[in-house]
Amino acid sequence: MGYRTYVLVCAGTACEASKSQAIYENLNKEVIAAGLEKEIQVVKTGCFGFCEKGPVVKVLPDETFYVNVKPEDATEIVKEHLVKGRNVTRLLYDKNQSKKNAKVEDIEFYQKQFRIVLRNCGLINPEDINEYIARDGYKALEKALFEMKPDDILEELKIAGLRGRGGAGFPTWKKWQITKEVNDSPKYVVCNADEGDPGAYMNRSTIEGDPHSILEAMTICGYTVGANKGYIYIRAEYPLAIKRLDIAISQAKELGLLGKDILGSGFDFDIEVRYGAGAFVCGEETALLASLEGNRGMPKPRPPFPSIKGLWNKPTVINNVETWANIPVILLKGGKWFSQIGTETSKGTKVFALTGKVNNSGLVEVPFGTTLREIIFDIGGGIKGGKKFKAVQTGGPSGGVIPEEYLDTPVDYENLTKLGSIMGSGGMIVMDETDCMVDVSKFYIQFSVDESCGKCSPCRVGGKQLLTILQKISEGKGEMDDLDRLKRIGFAMQKASLCGLGQTAPNPVLSTLKYFEKEYLEHIEEKKCRSSRCVNLLRYEIIPEKCVGCGLCAMKCPVNCISGEKRKPHYIDQEKCIKCGTCYEVCKFGAVLKE
Amino acid sequence: MAKYNIKVNGFDLKIDEDMTILQAAKLAQINIPKLCNHPDLPPSAACGLCVVKVKGSNKLMRACATKIENGMEITTHDPELFEVRKTVLELILSTHPNDCLKCPRNGNCELQQLAADFGIRDVDFPQLLSERPVDDSTKSLVVNPEKCIKCGRCVEVCQIMQNVWAIEFLERGFNMRIAPAADVQLKDSPCVKCGQCTAHCPVGALYEHSHNTEVWTALKNPELHKIVQIAPAVRVALGEAFGLEPGTVLTGKIYTVLKRLGFDAVFDTNFGADLTIMEEGSEFIERFVHGKGELPLITSCCPGWVDYMEKYYPEMIPHFSSAKSPHEMVGALSKTYYAEKKGIDPSKIFGVSIMPCTAKKYEITRIDDMFASGYQDIDVVLTTREFSRMIKASGIDFLNLPDSEPDNILGEYTGAGVIFGATGGVMEAALRTAYYLITGKNLGKVDIEETRGLEGIKTGKININGKEVRIAVAHGLANVATVLDEVKEAKAKGKEMPYHFIEVMACRGGCVGGGGQPYGATDEIRMKRAKGIYTDDKNQEYRCSHENPFIKKLYDEYLGKPLSEKSHKLLHTHYKPRPLYNR
Amino acid sequence: MPKLTLEELRKLREDTKKEISKRDVSDKSILVLVGMGTCGIAAGARETLQAFVEQIEKKGLTNVVIKPTGCMGFCYVEPTVEIIMPDMPDTLYGKVKAEVVEKIVDEHIIRKQLVSEFIFDKPAVDIVK
Repeated sequence: MGYRTYVLVCAGTACEASKSQAIYENLNKEVIAAGLEKEIQVVKTGCFGFCEKGPVVKVLPDETFYVNVKPEDATEIVKEHLVKGRNVTRLLYDKNQSKKNAKVEDIEFYQKQFRIVLRNCGLINPEDINEYIARDGYKALEKALFEMKPDDILEELKIAGLRGRGGAGFPTWKKWQITKEVNDSPKYVVCNADEGDPGAYMNRSTIEGDPHSILEAMTICGYTVGANKGYIYIRAEYPLAIKRLDIAISQAKELGLLGKDILGSGFDFDIEVRYGAGAFVCGEETALLASLEGNRGMPKPRPPFPSIKGLWNKPTVINNVETWANIPVILLKGGKWFSQIGTETSKGTKVFALTGKVNNSGLVEVPFGTTLREIIFDIGGGIKGGKKFKAVQTGGPSGGVIPEEYLDTPVDYENLTKLGSIMGSGGMIVMDETDCMVDVSKFYIQFSVDESCGKCSPCRVGGKQLLTILQKISEGKGEMDDLDRLKRIGFAMQKASLCGLGQTAPNPVLSTLKYFEKEYLEHIEEKKCRSSRCVNLLRYEIIPEKCVGCGLCAMKCPVNCISGEKRKPHYIDQEKCIKCGTCYEVCKFGAVLKE
Repeated sequence: MAKYNIKVNGFDLKIDEDMTILQAAKLAQINIPKLCNHPDLPPSAACGLCVVKVKGSNKLMRACATKIENGMEITTHDPELFEVRKTVLELILSTHPNDCLKCPRNGNCELQQLAADFGIRDVDFPQLLSERPVDDSTKSLVVNPEKCIKCGRCVEVCQIMQNVWAIEFLERGFNMRIAPAADVQLKDSPCVKCGQCTAHCPVGALYEHSHNTEVWTALKNPELHKIVQIAPAVRVALGEAFGLEPGTVLTGKIYTVLKRLGFDAVFDTNFGADLTIMEEGSEFIERFVHGKGELPLITSCCPGWVDYMEKYYPEMIPHFSSAKSPHEMVGALSKTYYAEKKGIDPSKIFGVSIMPCTAKKYEITRIDDMFASGYQDIDVVLTTREFSRMIKASGIDFLNLPDSEPDNILGEYTGAGVIFGATGGVMEAALRTAYYLITGKNLGKVDIEETRGLEGIKTGKININGKEVRIAVAHGLANVATVLDEVKEAKAKGKEMPYHFIEVMACRGGCVGGGGQPYGATDEIRMKRAKGIYTDDKNQEYRCSHENPFIKKLYDEYLGKPLSEKSHKLLHTHYKPRPLYNR
Repeated sequence: MPKLTLEELRKLREDTKKEISKRDVSDKSILVLVGMGTCGIAAGARETLQAFVEQIEKKGLTNVVIKPTGCMGFCYVEPTVEIIMPDMPDTLYGKVKAEVVEKIVDEHIIRKQLVSEFIFDKPAVDIVK
């Protein structure tokens, strides 16, 4: 006996943090109370991607999409929707929708998306291997083991044109082929799940929502290159993803989809999960491997590349979570199908973590070639609070900012690099007119400085110097030569740093300098921050015409720098002012000017 | 080995495969600047100075870490590379105090040299110094974090070459620094004071604790009777500090300069080495022939190795020779035998040892046995480097000095004594005498080639009176584990011991490669120094310790015979397990 | 011996697939609306809905979406069911007890013929559109 209706509750980390577990439990309780447990199944699934409005609950098959659900809403959802078939209008994403078009596909957030990587996220219960199998799970493995030779698999990937999703975009088939051809054993397969860009969480969501797709892909790779052991290196800060992986691995082992003689093919493969301590640099593959070996996570010079000398100096294929998630689909639907999606050089889709000053933040999967404008304005719903768009930052601390005039650029590896940014792992942070570009580059370089391993001097010292100089500029102490210093250090870091972290760390600085040099000049020459972000450049003044002399600001000022007689205009001593902004906030008459 | 055709700066070259760009360029007479790379160590690629252009690659490659490939076209120098390197160098200088005039490395600092070569006149970036205290806790080695450029050589030496793991990279990013684990002081860490970190540090961040002031003060004190001795390896390396070729034997000039500096008696540690052989050789016979004591017997004249063993292999203590190191023997005798014979109040004797070694500074107070004379047997240890600075400060034209002889009765030595300075030398010297002590005859050919050379572990078999003596020689502490683990395994399985006699030296090449020797040691230089040692051996009238007339005299007049009660009191010591970390 | 053979995996997939495919709405063109107001439920709409689920599954129809909906206003002929599909007029059936469901599925949905004896009326435009 099947169920007539499914209630999918998002159990991604973001929604779990907003009590989706309680929602799940309450829904179950209510369904049982209504005697519907044989008709209705409540399922915990992976991230829907629409995190801005989480927790989200989706009712299938009628495709009703509830947002911002609270545990106490469970009763109403069951009594109204599941029993009586009436939508709970107040929880619908668009309150104006009539009951028939409260569907997921009607929400513009989903309209331009194309889901390959996230195909199962939000649809299946990630803790149940059967649901994955039902969605053609492990069918690609079946095909690989029984219908394809390793070279056929490489050929398919080559036709597909899949490139590494970790950032650099190296052709995946090539990586695999090199490892396959090396005459050395044992060989290893490693999944890089050490996602570390601030604001990026696509890998976490993929694992949380569809862990088996990673296991299946790694097994296929093991078969292709002749490896029998895989490791998933995941940061320990992802407890839910780790739990789902552990469940998935034990279920796959239980069924015999991992372990000895998989499906009677004679091929053995095993996967172990290893935790990283959350160092950003361990996302760099050689540092990751060093950490996996139990050493300090510091990069090594390449060559030799991990494909030839990787884990314990043995040939190792190391791919990012998102890359892995593409593999089973490519084998099932064919490389040709895959290659039709995307642009000339970049095939398939890319998942972005869209955040910042955008209305609909969340996980977005779009075909390569979608323009930034489509992602930010159509999918993302435009800028929050009706403010003006200023720039979008892609690629996290390794990337750069892209200004408005390039919004119609189709997104792919080459185009972003040309603009001075990078694809990176897919972070996308939208900035509006209230963001200061000096402040933005300071933020990113601070991150890189904190996360640099400190091994090579260009990165260790160069980053710190960039930060020191930016600090100076943001405090109004910059000089014109500082811009040249920034460029000179940035260039040396790009050229002489040992690993990707250092080579790309100056990108946020150099790209803001390129597109927003005027803002830097304002900071240096006029000692002005147009976005009022650089605190030291702020100036608070009392407009005598507006001031009624109530004395509230003087009373609240923490450094007692405001003086004046009662009922007469007050005055701020600029020498003593620490720019805390208290006067500005407390004035009821708008008499304090901030500039 | 296959040959690769490559192009360096437009010149065609045929180079052996398996070579790095840095090595290949050197063969083409091109020096690529570097700070972290050292021929003793695997490339770490940290400093970022050796970047070069390789045709077909849009990134710069590190010459130290990139292997050549057939057909490779390399550009090592052009304006852009110069600019990148100069910026990197300026970045490094922006974190360095740049107070060269007051630095122990003034004049032989690799960073200083590069700054000169690049014509640095100004550092265009804000100066960012780390403010961490100097660690002088061991009184052997000094760590000055402010000067550290984080090249990582010391860490690699300590971990890879020496397997000691006393220092580690702590923290990360700009705060990354080099210190013992958990930030304990060096004296509380597993550090064995071998000083290889100081010998490899390109700048003044790691150096020996200097005792020059103590020696100058003593020399000025007319009430003291100042005694000095020089270790075997000093005489073949000191010349390097004066621009001479490594391996130049300067024994006679050293005696002269010591006398002119004001020492009252100039002895030679080689005499002590001959005495060590008598004691240790006899100990070996006790164990090997008479079955009294554990086999294999392991040499104990290297204080770095003693410290290492007490920390890492305390279970091997019964295998250790109880004989003190040569300079300690000379020290103990100088304040007893010599003092009595000369009628000098031993409390007025000030004993100085000039050693290639920083661990000797620690050894002189290691245990109560080092006060066997009733006083501290050796008062001060100077390294070869400190000694060279003393000579320079004295104004004496060292290179033009006449030769002179050492003072008796603790100064005469044989060839066996001098070879203590090179790896395998103790073993060779011991076998020369053991053969005699067992058979009553000298070896026909006293040169034992199996023990010589820079192979990390050397093994061999010597036939003495129809009995096979299996020997092993290890140098560079990382090589010790292999040999000891073999012994431990045989022991655990109750099998016959793989060796009867093992020599261990903490430093690569033995004392010639010691942590207190002039800067810049590489295998090439170690070999040259060792060659000087073996030349000196060949030139000696006597080649075996038991032939040393003053040794015979010492036993006749004072000690009686080897391993006598008096010997034990003055010339032997004890060992105790020590924790890796003192908390 | 492998733990799981190829055949077993395939069977497992087939078994579970039907269940999962019900969650997929992309290719579904036929909508069955079951009136589930208080009156409908009192008249047995729950059983009717369940019968639709069973019949659709039994006949292997993959393009049908079954949705409970609110009271359609014809409380005297409950349970009421509306079927919206291509090539057929939007049709409202009344008094659809569980036992009538199979007939409606066979005739209306599969053969595309109206089951006239249960047709009650076309529902008001504002309810559907």
